[in-house]
Amino acid sequence: MCGCACNTKKEDVKVQVDTGRVCELLKKYKGRRGVLVHALQDVQKEFGFLPGEAIGVIADEFDLSLAHVYGVASFYAHFYFTPRGKNIIKVCTGTACHVRGSKIILEGLEEELGIKAGETTDDFEFTLETVSCVGCCALAPVVVVNEEVSREKNPKKIIAILKNKKEENDE
Amino acid sequence: MVKVKVKEKQNKVFICTGTGCVLSGSEKVKSAFKEEFKKRKISEIDIVQTGCHGFCQQGPIVVIQPEGVFYPTVSAENVSRIVEEHLIGGEVVEDLLYEDSRTGKKISLYKDINFYQKQNRIVLRNCGQINPEEIDDYIESGGYKALEKVLNKMSPEEVVEEVKASGLRGRGGAGFPTGLKWSFAQKAPGAVKYVICNADEGDPGAFMDRSVLEGDPHSVLEGMMIAAYAIGASEGYIYVRAEYPLAVKRLKIAVEHAKKKGFLGKNILGSSFDFEIKMKEGAGAFVCGEETALMASIEGKRGMPRIRPPFPAQSGLWGKPTNINNVETLANIAWIITNGADKFAAIGTEKSKGTKIFAVTGKVKNGGLVEVPMGTTLRKVIFDICGGIKDDKKFKAVQIGGPSGGCLPTEFLDTPIDYESLTQTGAIVGSGGMVVMDESSCVVDLAKYFLTFTQKESCGKCVPCRVGTKRMLEMLERMTKGESDEKELVLLEELARDVKVASLCGLGQTAPNPILTMLEYFQEEFEEHVKEGRCRAGVCSELIAYVIKENVCRGCGVCKKHCPMGAITGEKKQPHEIDVTKCVKCGICMQHCPFDAIYIAK
Repeated sequence: MCGCACNTKKEDVKVQVDTGRVCELLKKYKGRRGVLVHALQDVQKEFGFLPGEAIGVIADEFDLSLAHVYGVASFYAHFYFTPRGKNIIKVCTGTACHVRGSKIILEGLEEELGIKAGETTDDFEFTLETVSCVGCCALAPVVVVNEEVSREKNPKKIIAILKNKKEENDE
Repeated sequence: MVKVKVKEKQNKVFICTGTGCVLSGSEKVKSAFKEEFKKRKISEIDIVQTGCHGFCQQGPIVVIQPEGVFYPTVSAENVSRIVEEHLIGGEVVEDLLYEDSRTGKKISLYKDINFYQKQNRIVLRNCGQINPEEIDDYIESGGYKALEKVLNKMSPEEVVEEVKASGLRGRGGAGFPTGLKWSFAQKAPGAVKYVICNADEGDPGAFMDRSVLEGDPHSVLEGMMIAAYAIGASEGYIYVRAEYPLAVKRLKIAVEHAKKKGFLGKNILGSSFDFEIKMKEGAGAFVCGEETALMASIEGKRGMPRIRPPFPAQSGLWGKPTNINNVETLANIAWIITNGADKFAAIGTEKSKGTKIFAVTGKVKNGGLVEVPMGTTLRKVIFDICGGIKDDKKFKAVQIGGPSGGCLPTEFLDTPIDYESLTQTGAIVGSGGMVVMDESSCVVDLAKYFLTFTQKESCGKCVPCRVGTKRMLEMLERMTKGESDEKELVLLEELARDVKVASLCGLGQTAPNPILTMLEYFQEEFEEHVKEGRCRAGVCSELIAYVIKENVCRGCGVCKKHCPMGAITGEKKQPHEIDVTKCVKCGICMQHCPFDAIYIAK
């Protein structure tokens, strides 16, 4: 459910896709080879995920089948097909982090947020993910909170910091 | 301790801004220095941001040059003292210095610290010593001299011969002779050829490529340029992981600077050599570290490997002859050209020349990046350079080479680290990740961990890898839950051998390595799991229980407060109890108990 009282389910959330904007993003890639992944990265940057409609536009513009474009996009872990939360928490599960207890942090966050890794909370505030390694092994375990690497191990604190930031912004 | 009298002038403050130190707060330290200088109207001392020193556990690291006084774990609060006492007063701030954990002595100079003293830094020569965002720093430290030399004085054939003579082998994992690889691409017919830098450092637990890219990006670019000149390519790609945003940023800056200075573009340094470099950011697929998969990804396709031959040197990117080298390999090239192949070949063993960087992590005192000559023993790296096991626990095993490598017990500590010796043990040098484990790590759990990773990252193209890793993972899951039997142990080994020989690419061919080495060296522990349902390390949560010692518990209620499942009950000042049906074995209660009243029953 989303935060308001409208009873909208997460699956029903429709994002208005400005197809004109998608075409604009693709313009610089037209006629160039090997640009599909780049184009997908750009579109995702714009919308936060890859809306189905946008994938259709990409297929049309590049004269590829929808299956081909979706096949490439779904191959890579960095592409998402559903909207993600405002805050993205990634628990590093690299070897060094694993040996030093990243599992406990992940379970704590799952518990705290009421979602599993890979899911987004109903109010779209948080998305919880895992990442294979961010190369900060000497400081393991680490968590990436909105692109920033953190050594905070307490799930409650990680979320509290984000919530406080939100309140500050709201004020 | 002899006090170092600090020179009053020409001081420079070097602040590490590698990912590790930034995470520990080096940006704040940098601002604090700037503010302090402003306050005291100091303008003659430069603040230089450097790349990674490799001693990330000690971050943020500040080094005062030219003496090289090393201040570890500096906080913004310490800055005024360093400025006041050291930079102005000329006395080293002793209590902020690094303390040798074995002798308890304070050490002032960078070069005297055990961790650095025993290393031989060729690839990491500039990391921490120059500002990676300033090309002039690189040039001043001798950078681009090698490029100049090859363009002015050497034919492409001579360059290939020089690299061959150095004995350099690929540092990405397979250890294929670099010069030989170059000669294939050089001899391949075709007007259009490519050079690719593989910066898709995917092995969890390895971060040397990240550090080199962040700390000395030009050394990698120079290596690529020399490779391009040698094989006759005029276009290059760097395929870099998107998980390394700082490395991406610094590479982009480096490419821009190199263009401006005329090291990239047309008629480089007045020669007839043209070369340009494009960046490609990965999109999160481990298999793209495999060269044919990487090229498919650059072409905008799914990053799936294909059968070799044809090798990239014959038919690579867009079907053209292509040479792919790893970051660390390329960072060696300029040094070899400048110092000569003989000098490089004098380091290391008979078949493994030069140095290798290892990312030592896990249960070790001083983790970080260690660059040592090939042939150095595991014991020297783990116990001498890295100071041994954390909290002085007992060494159990070391996993070398990430998810493609092997797990070696105490008996192998005196094994020299070189390609051949490690292969004999069942492990590999691989990318150089080294995860150290003590008694509190469970090998069955670690086998499951690695397989979970490789299974998830298997691209699905070939059956042995796709299905084989899945079945092996299911077996290991049953073992960690105590639902397996001895027959399955035999089956696991059999299947591991099959997957190893039948898989299409390196991912599947090496995925069984951790399991096979663990089964060989830690069979007893596997048997305990399957026969007795016991995990001696107390890691496999289904095989353990958290119990409160009745006679030790004082009923303070801290555990009850922290338990996320509400599994702990008990009256104040009365011994508490854990409800095993509710307990998820997260261990939070044990971490918080002030009286050590909670233990793991195995």
